[in-house]
Formats: sequence, structure tokens, C-alpha cells
Amino acid sequence: MRIVILGAGQVGSSVAENLVSEANDITVVDTDAGRLRKLQDRLDLRTVVGNAGHPAILERAGASDADMLLAVTQSDETNLVACKLAATMFNIPTKIARIRATDYLSHPEMFTPENFAVDTVICPEQVLTDYIAKLIEFPESLQVLEFAEGRVSLVAVRAFHGGPLVGKELQTIRKHLPNLDTRVAAIFRQDSPIIPDATTVIEVGDEVFFIAATEDIRGVMRELRRMDKPVKRVMIGGGGNIGRRLASAIESRYDVKIIEYSKPAAERLAADLGKSLVLVGDVTDEELLQTENIGDMDIYCALTNDDENNIMSSLLAKRMGARRVVALINRGSYVNLVQAGQIDIAISPAQATIGTLLAHVRQGDCVAVHSLRRGAAEALELVAHGDARSSKVVGRRIEEIDLPKGATIGAIVRTHEREGSDGKITREHQVLIAHHDTVIEPDDHVIVFVVNKRTVPQVERLFQVSVGFL
Amino acid sequence: MTALLTVFPHLGLIAMVMSLSHLLPLGVSIGHDDGATQAFVISMIVNFSVGCAMWLGTRHYKRDLTPRDGILLVVLAWCGGAAFATLPLLLAIPGLTFTDAYFETMSGLTTTGSTVLSDLDLLAPSLNFWRCLLVWLGGMGLIVLAVAILPLLGVGGRQIFKAETPGPMKDAKMTPRITETAKGLWVVYGLISAACAIAYYLAGMTWFDAVVHMFSTMGLGGFSSHDASYGYWDSVAIEVVAITFMLIASINFGSHFLAMRSKSLVPYRADPELAWCLGIMIGSCVGIALYLDWMGIYPDFLSSLRYASFNVVSIASTTGFASTDYNLWPIFAPMWMLFLCSFASCSGSTGGGIKMIRAQLLYIQVYREFVKLLHPTAAVPAKLGGQVMENKVIFSVLAFLFIYIASIVAMTLVMMASGLDDLTSFSAIVASINNTGPGLHKVGPATTYAVLSDFQTWVCTFAMLLGRLELFTVLIVFTPVFWRK
Repeated sequence: MRIVILGAGQVGSSVAENLVSEANDITVVDTDAGRLRKLQDRLDLRTVVGNAGHPAILERAGASDADMLLAVTQSDETNLVACKLAATMFNIPTKIARIRATDYLSHPEMFTPENFAVDTVICPEQVLTDYIAKLIEFPESLQVLEFAEGRVSLVAVRAFHGGPLVGKELQTIRKHLPNLDTRVAAIFRQDSPIIPDATTVIEVGDEVFFIAATEDIRGVMRELRRMDKPVKRVMIGGGGNIGRRLASAIESRYDVKIIEYSKPAAERLAADLGKSLVLVGDVTDEELLQTENIGDMDIYCALTNDDENNIMSSLLAKRMGARRVVALINRGSYVNLVQAGQIDIAISPAQATIGTLLAHVRQGDCVAVHSLRRGAAEALELVAHGDARSSKVVGRRIEEIDLPKGATIGAIVRTHEREGSDGKITREHQVLIAHHDTVIEPDDHVIVFVVNKRTVPQVERLFQVSVGFL
Repeated sequence: MTALLTVFPHLGLIAMVMSLSHLLPLGVSIGHDDGATQAFVISMIVNFSVGCAMWLGTRHYKRDLTPRDGILLVVLAWCGGAAFATLPLLLAIPGLTFTDAYFETMSGLTTTGSTVLSDLDLLAPSLNFWRCLLVWLGGMGLIVLAVAILPLLGVGGRQIFKAETPGPMKDAKMTPRITETAKGLWVVYGLISAACAIAYYLAGMTWFDAVVHMFSTMGLGGFSSHDASYGYWDSVAIEVVAITFMLIASINFGSHFLAMRSKSLVPYRADPELAWCLGIMIGSCVGIALYLDWMGIYPDFLSSLRYASFNVVSIASTTGFASTDYNLWPIFAPMWMLFLCSFASCSGSTGGGIKMIRAQLLYIQVYREFVKLLHPTAAVPAKLGGQVMENKVIFSVLAFLFIYIASIVAMTLVMMASGLDDLTSFSAIVASINNTGPGLHKVGPATTYAVLSDFQTWVCTFAMLLGRLELFTVLIVFTPVFWRK
């Protein structure tokens, strides 16, 4: 695919890196020549220096024969203008824009084709905020990912002593949980993947990925580790874009304290937020943390825009007794360094948000993509089209599907359409946890877990309808 | 050492691709039944099995190429490629020494076109074909070919592409992906080559001669299958075809690619080198013709113009064909031609020398210094073709020029120290480092490089490689910094 990426910031660079490896023709546009040079030295792509909102620059970046435009510059306005230009001058079929201002986001009519012509609006800050909010809701998990409009969840949990299932074979899961259906999609032991079968034994320290209907996930988690008390008190370090969004999203349910370094920013923050307590100070200030009772916090999230500050402040908070600490870390190498050590969860913003973009680039009908384990693994929600003749998956039992090694089907979401007595069509969604004899029907949403990202193209090809069907 | 292990699997694959290129001369040999068939079969088998062994033995060491690996790979590919290409020559020509054979193949691959072989008309057709095929392959570049047909080089592909591409601005990309760029270049090269071969045929060559001279013309090499080169035909039509395609091949193939893709002439107008390159060459043709006419070398102006045009374009574009022995012209004319060959061809063409764009940048830099002397506070950007060049580029051009001149001086002195006269030494080195071919005096167009001693032959061979890979790539391998961990 020929893709033009506008903006070589954190989002743009990480998208470019992900897409280059998938054999796409990438052109990146930015005003900063130095940033582009660094990108070009590392990756096989073309760069154009200039303002992404100008037609001449888009033309030079090859917009006239591009398949997709990703407008992810820092400026909402540039992104909107670029999408409009892409639609009117260059006829680019798919246009994705990153929009941050909530005011724009609350007026979806401005994104229609006759207006700014944005096909998909993404807001990485919102994705990240949702991600962290989930972790606060399920403090025992390492990651919670939703599929099929939230009906199915994929949860990563570390197995601990005291979990009833730990030390047992996976097949005993049914005896333990007669009323719940779940499937363990993968286990990572000391960072290397294990493809689970019925006789696999879960060990202490394993990172277990399981899929279940969203309402069942607490019950499954209880089997893998002792459950903590529900979260009540949350402290957030850093009142920037993400800290502010998170605080306003959760302040109605939890007691929130938020620390911001700059006084004017803190005052603005306090004016915007409702219940939250805004504190002025440094997130690495031991005394401040002490006086604000860091030891009583159920969870501490270090969300400043500085990696080192986040690491130091969350280490400090952990030592001072915070039950669980989460740190936002941009640099990939740092994430690997601190994850699973003193810091409970290290979140890489690039990894957390890349999935929303990947879903649009993938072949086949791909509804959602989540990048896992620093980009090594992936979970996809694919729609099975066609019939038994044209498709390699429809009408087949799961054990008959020729999945590449390391790929497992975790769950299926099936939609039943029922015509009521009044002629109204009601849609019912049924979550099926995959078993070896489950048969896939047309238009099922299939959730596939892929341990090794390199096999993703093979999975996509399976779900593509063969040409004879068209 | 690990650097060596990393590049070996890549080298192995390149060797296997090279072995496939034997198929063409092998076909020619079987067709003409010229007695060289066995030599090509053996050479092909050796090439393939060595390549295969290298690849199988070291493929586990494959990792992404660092800039250091890339440079090493390019230098080894060229040295090794020339070495393997000697096999058919050594096997089929009795009494040929390795030194001479290596000189010949290196001269081919680097598109120099100077030869140590005489009695070319009696040589097996397949061997002549092989020599010229090497020119054609080397013209667009071994690595560019490898990148185009083997997806093996992956991320590191760019690094080695850079190490081989001629010209100071190596980051310019015509397509987002390097493989696409490489493929595009080869397609354009192939299409123009086909046109060239047909034009030669229509102008009166046999098909065999047309193809062989097309290889040599498009690569701006200068090998011929006749001792008399273009004097063999003495035909105006053939000379006009040759001049046209030599001029086309000395233009940046990137511009050809863009022009063909957009089906318009606009990319040519946007190419800042093109006008200068063609202007200087055509202007020189007329100038030299007037000079020859004034000196009374030829009976009338038209024959002066004919001989001047062919030989000036041939030398200035770094090809090195000859239609007459210009050694006999007054020394100003051949000296001017040698001077031209050091800069007249464009970057990204198959020609040699420092390339027109570097000459333009040097000129611009001189102009900037003048303006700054007059207006000390003036801001004078280095603008070329409407684009502002970064100082980084100018500095690299200055360093390049310094190394270029230093290399010529050093190697000329070495040649003189080994007992050669000054004019031969200087012209041989200039003709080799610019990948032109014939020099002056003892190595002039009517004679061959066979007069040189073994040592002098090796110096010239090195100069050719130095010139083709644009100095830095080769010289850096000899610095201690390169090998330090």
C-alpha cells in the first residue's frame, strides 16, 4: 500500500516503523528536516520536508497516487486541512486524522465528506486514557483489551502464588469454573511464548493471556491470583494532556489526587476538573508524596512527558508503599528495562495506540488490532466473509483451519438478526469461546491471537475471500 | 571479523546472481561455436558453487547491515566480482596472466574500457560479449542490481545503495522503497539499451556488434570488439547513434526514470545538471572542431567537426571509444578532453569523474566567497536548481575534491617513480580514476595498456575501483578507524 504519513512525531514515527516492516511504500512529511533524516537513516522510506497542509508538499509526497493518508501532526488544523486537500485535490481513498481538541471531537458532522472529509478520527491520548482507566478498574491485570464493541476482552495477568489454577494443568479450568467459559490464548514464560494445550501447567510468574466475555473476566482472574481490594484512591503524577483526561474520566468513581509542576497549569487544571485534588509540586519530591499519603494509594500513575521522571517517581512511590504503580514510558528500551521489576506496569504510548491505525492498513476485513508485548505479538478481530467455497475459514471447524504456528483463535462473536412481531429487526450478539469443534459461520467476528507478528500476513490471507467469490 | 561474517551470505547471493549472467555469453559461445563454451561452463559452475558455499556456510550470521558492513560489502563485491569474472578469460585465452585479466575485468565492471588485449577482432565472440556485458552490468551497478532482484538486503539495503551511488546527494529517493528505486532504474536502463541496440543495427552494424557496442555505450565503458574501435566502420550514421546514446547515458538515470513515469519532459528541465552537462560537451565539440580546423589537421571543417564531436563526446562522457588517433592532434585538444572527463557526466549516470553536480557546487561555493568578500554581512545560500544545498553537502564535496586531487597526484607520482614518462603516467591515472579508458602517449587510443609493467597495471586497476566507488567507500577500508571495534 502507498501511504503518506504527515508528521514525524512520536505517533508518526512509530506508525512508520510498524508499517515499513509490512512492505508498504511510506512517505513521511514533516517540517523538521533533522527528525526526518534520523527516520530515513533507520527505515526504508521516503521523506519530504515542508508544511503538511500545503498542496505542493502533498503533491511532492506522492499524494496523487497514495492509497492512504495518515495526518498525525501536532496540529489538529493542519491535519484537517490535509484531509480536505487529500479528498478534493488528490482523491485519496482513506484519510485518517489525529484530532485532539475535544471541541472538534464533539462535532462529528464536521468530518463528513462534504466538510473536512476525514474517514477516521483517532485520538491517541484518548486511547491511552482508556487503557489506563481499564487498568485502574482491573488492578490485577497487566493489560485489558476489548473486542467486538466491548463484548469480549483479552486480559493479560501475571500468575501468582495462591491462585487456585496456578500449578495445575489448563484442562482443569473447566472443573474450577463450570459456569464460565474462557480460553487461554498464550502464555509468556520468561519472555518467550508458549503455545498452550490442555496439559500445559501454569507456573508462578507466567504472563497469561486469556479471552473471555467481558462480564466474566473477574471470575477468571480470580483463578490465577489472589484478588486485591478494589481501587479507591488514585494518585496521578503529571497534569498534562493524558493526566488531565484520565482525571476527568475517573474522578467520579475514585478519589483522585493529581500533581502538576507548573502553578498556572495546576490552577487551570483545578478549574477544569471537578472532585479531583490538584497539587502543585514535583512528582519526584519525596516530601510531597509523603505528606499526600502515597503509602495509602491503591494505584499511582506517573504520566508526565518525561520518561526519566516517570520511572524515578514511580519507583519512589512503590518504595513508599503505593500498592501498584504504573509508568508511562516512551522509549522502547526503557520499557523492557523496567517492566516486571519494581514498576508494575510500564506503558508505551506508541504501542498502546498503534493498533487503532494498524486496523485500517491490514488486508481483509479487520475490525481491531491490538499490539501486544512491545509489538512482538498481536491480537486481531477479523470478520469471516464468504461461504464454505470461497473462504478458507467459513464453514470449517477451528481444528480444520490451517492457522500458522503460534496463532490461536480465542473467541467468536456471532450476530443473530431476529425479526420481532412488529417487523423490527433486533440484533443479538453471542460470544462463543473457541473450542476445537466450533464451526465458523459467515460474518462471524473472529478474535485471533498471534504470538509472532511475522505470521500476521498469513492470518490475514486466510480471512481473505478468494477471487472466485467476487 | 564479525563484519566479514555478516557480509559473506550477501556476497554469496551476489556471486550466485553473477553466475546467472554467464548464461548470455554461454549462449553466444554455443551459437558461434567459438571454443570458449567450456570456459564459461566451468566459470559458471565455480561461481555458483562458491557463492552457494558462502551463503550456506555463513547465513546464520546474517543481521541488519550497519554502515560499516555496507561499505565492506560493496568493496568486496566489486573486488570479488572482478576476480570471478576473470575465469572465462583465463581459461579461454592461453598465456593471459591474472594481473592482465583482472585489469581487463575491473576495467569492464568500472566502465573504464581500457584494455590490455590486442587482436580483438580474432578473439572468440563470446569473450568480447562477456567483456562488454561486464561494462553494462557495472554501469548501473552490481549492488543496485542485487537490490533490485534480491529482496535480501532488507533494511541495510539503503546503506549499501548509498555506498555505490555516484553523486553527493545520496539521500534523494525516487520511490519510497529502495527495491522499487533499484528496479525502476534497471527498467529504464534496459529500455534505453534496447533502443540503442536497435539504432546501431539500423545504422549498419551486425546484430552481434550492435548488442556488444550497446553494452559498451550505455555503460559509458568503451570496450569494442574491434581493434580500430569505431574506425572499423568509418560510418557517420553509426557515429551519430553513438554520440546520441553516450549523451543520453551521461544524464542522471533518475531524471530518465521520472520522465518516463510521468511521460513528460518536465523532469529533465528540473534537473540542474543536465543543461550544463550537455552544454559543456556540445560547446566543446564545436570549440575543438574550430581549433582543429584552424590548426589545419583535416582538409575541411565538416570532417573536423565529425572527428571532434565523436572523440570529444566519447572522452568527456568517460566512454573512451575512438574513431581516430587523437594522440596525433595538438596536445591542447586531448588535454581539454581529459579535463572534461573529470567532471562532465551527471550524478546518477553511468559515467565517471567527480560529476557535474560537484563541479557546480564548487563553482557556487567560489561565488559565495566572492559575494562575502564584497558584502561581509550578506546571507548567501548555496542554491542549485532552486533548492538550497546544506553546508554539509558543500563540505563533503570539498573533502571529495581534495581526496580526488590527492589521489591523482599520489598515483601519478607512483607511476613516474616506477619508470614511466610523465605524460603517460598522468594521463593513465586520470583516465583510470575517471573511468574513461584511453590516455595519452604510450596508452593512447591507438595502443593498449599492455605496455605497462605488472605493478603499474595494478596501480591503474586500483585507480579504476577508486573512481567507480567514488573514493571514500574504498579508502575508508584502509583506515584503522574502520577496523577498530
